[in-house]
Amino acid sequence: MEISMDIELQDIPGQLVLALEPVSDFGGNILSVLHQRDKKTPSGRIPVQLVFELEEKRLDRVVERLKERGVKVVRIGKERLKESMVVLLIGHIVHSDVRDTIDSIDRTGFAEVVGLSVSMPGVAKKSSASVTLSAIGKKELEEALQILKRTVNKKGILIITPI
Amino acid sequence: MRIKTGIKTVRISIIGFGNVGGGVAEVIRRKREEIARRYGLNIKIVGIADLRGISVDENGLSEEAIMGLRRGDKKLEKRADMTSVDLIKEVEHEVMVEVTPTNIEDGEPGLTHIITALESGKHVVTSNKGPLAVEYKKLMERAAKREKELRFEATVGGAMPIISLVRKNLAGNGILSITGILNGTCNYILTRMAEEGLPYEHVLKEAQEIGIAEADPSKDVEGIDTAVKLVILANSVFDMNATYKDVEVTGIAEITPDALKLADDAGYVIKLIGEVDREGCLKVTPRLVPQDDPLNVGGTMNVATIKTDLAGDITVIGKGAGPIEAASAILSDIISIYR
Ligand SMILES: NC(=O)c1ccc[n+]([C@@H]2O[C@H](COP(=O)([O-])OP(=O)(O)OC[C@H]3O[C@@H](n4cnc5c(N)ncnc54)[C@H](OP(=O)(O)O)[C@@H]3O)[C@@H](O)[C@H]2O)c1
Repeated sequence: MEISMDIELQDIPGQLVLALEPVSDFGGNILSVLHQRDKKTPSGRIPVQLVFELEEKRLDRVVERLKERGVKVVRIGKERLKESMVVLLIGHIVHSDVRDTIDSIDRTGFAEVVGLSVSMPGVAKKSSASVTLSAIGKKELEEALQILKRTVNKKGILIITPI
Repeated sequence: MRIKTGIKTVRISIIGFGNVGGGVAEVIRRKREEIARRYGLNIKIVGIADLRGISVDENGLSEEAIMGLRRGDKKLEKRADMTSVDLIKEVEHEVMVEVTPTNIEDGEPGLTHIITALESGKHVVTSNKGPLAVEYKKLMERAAKREKELRFEATVGGAMPIISLVRKNLAGNGILSITGILNGTCNYILTRMAEEGLPYEHVLKEAQEIGIAEADPSKDVEGIDTAVKLVILANSVFDMNATYKDVEVTGIAEITPDALKLADDAGYVIKLIGEVDREGCLKVTPRLVPQDDPLNVGGTMNVATIKTDLAGDITVIGKGAGPIEAASAILSDIISIYR
């Protein structure tokens, strides 16, 4: 299953490897690592978000091993993309390469476009689309939205977001 | 309800005698007895001015004279010796009601009218957004210096109480944000488009035919009117010193029936939403509003949700436009000066 995990590392070299090894050692497959060097916790640690695939029964052993290594496990999420939101786009969506717009979100590793429906009234006319974004947390969802906004703004597409 | 015994005469002038000015004369006529009985006030209209001319009677214009002016069978006098500014300055009265057209470029002619009134010792009640959007701080300072009231409930949300609601009834609360639909024309257009699946241009034309949209609808549909109202809220409720240029504005002209359909499929409606918060963010943009949210009101209605730190969320809904509705807010402002 896919697991997301928030951990905190000491601010010394080599810590990330120390944290990733146990996941691989127990046969896990790392999907994304969000290493926020610029953000520190009040105790001076560096927050990292891991997403990996792992057999669920091995999770306890991984966590135990991390703790032995001095890695602080702050949160474990078994459902990966917990937060989602619908936004609408109006403009020349298809002409402007939808794929690229979607990719800009999927590339993040912490968010995905999980739904898309497009209405095209006719060539040359503006089309409308609803896009469902999902992300591993509220903050990430907001970040994905900002990325989407930047991508579509460049293309002159109107974006309508929920209040 | 406390019944007043002594009657106080309040002389007013009405500067601008169009829809709202006429509405003010009308509500004063209709409510004369009640205002005297409940508030102990006898409101006398001593002067009326618009571009066509002026009518003055220091003892109060008669109801017949005012009705005649409203119907157009009597004309305001063209007086070479008196302008609207002279009327405000020279005719003795207590409250000047400023209801000339909104001008968001320089606030005129309203700005000069209001300054003249305050400087010559009159309270001011207005529905005119222009002067407040352009020179809010200056006008407030001037009113304070002259110890006069400047009230403007009618500028935002028409009949829907919002400014006095926040200032009086929610006193003591920290206001976190105000979010709402502040333009009835846009609300009407989006509501009709969603209900009938009709394109924007079609519904706009229909709205113009029935008098809900103006011949030049740009101020409404481009979000400018909403933005100006937000500026007034920002300045009066959040103590900012904002102008129209501080607002990020997107209008509704690009909204398609398809987008409204997609929104509906996802459980939303699209509304032109104005938002102001205490961090200084001022924004007018089409937004997705959940169908079960209190902000989802249809037709020409206005609505606002006020987020507060003690009282939680408070939502008010009301008629945002219309001469009698705007006059209702003006009348409440006049009465409140004397309570
Ligand atoms: N209508 C509403 O529902 C509503 C609601 C809330 C707020 N407001 C605001 O209230 C104000 C009045 O709206 P309205 O609908 O009554 O507009 P209106 O029907 O156009 O009336 C404006 C009046 O002002 C007069 N006027 C123009 N320039 C003048 C000047 N320099 N000196 C004296 N009078 C002058 C006009 O005279 P002429 O007729 O001779 O041109 C007219 O009588 C506007 O600022 C509007 O934004 C309106």
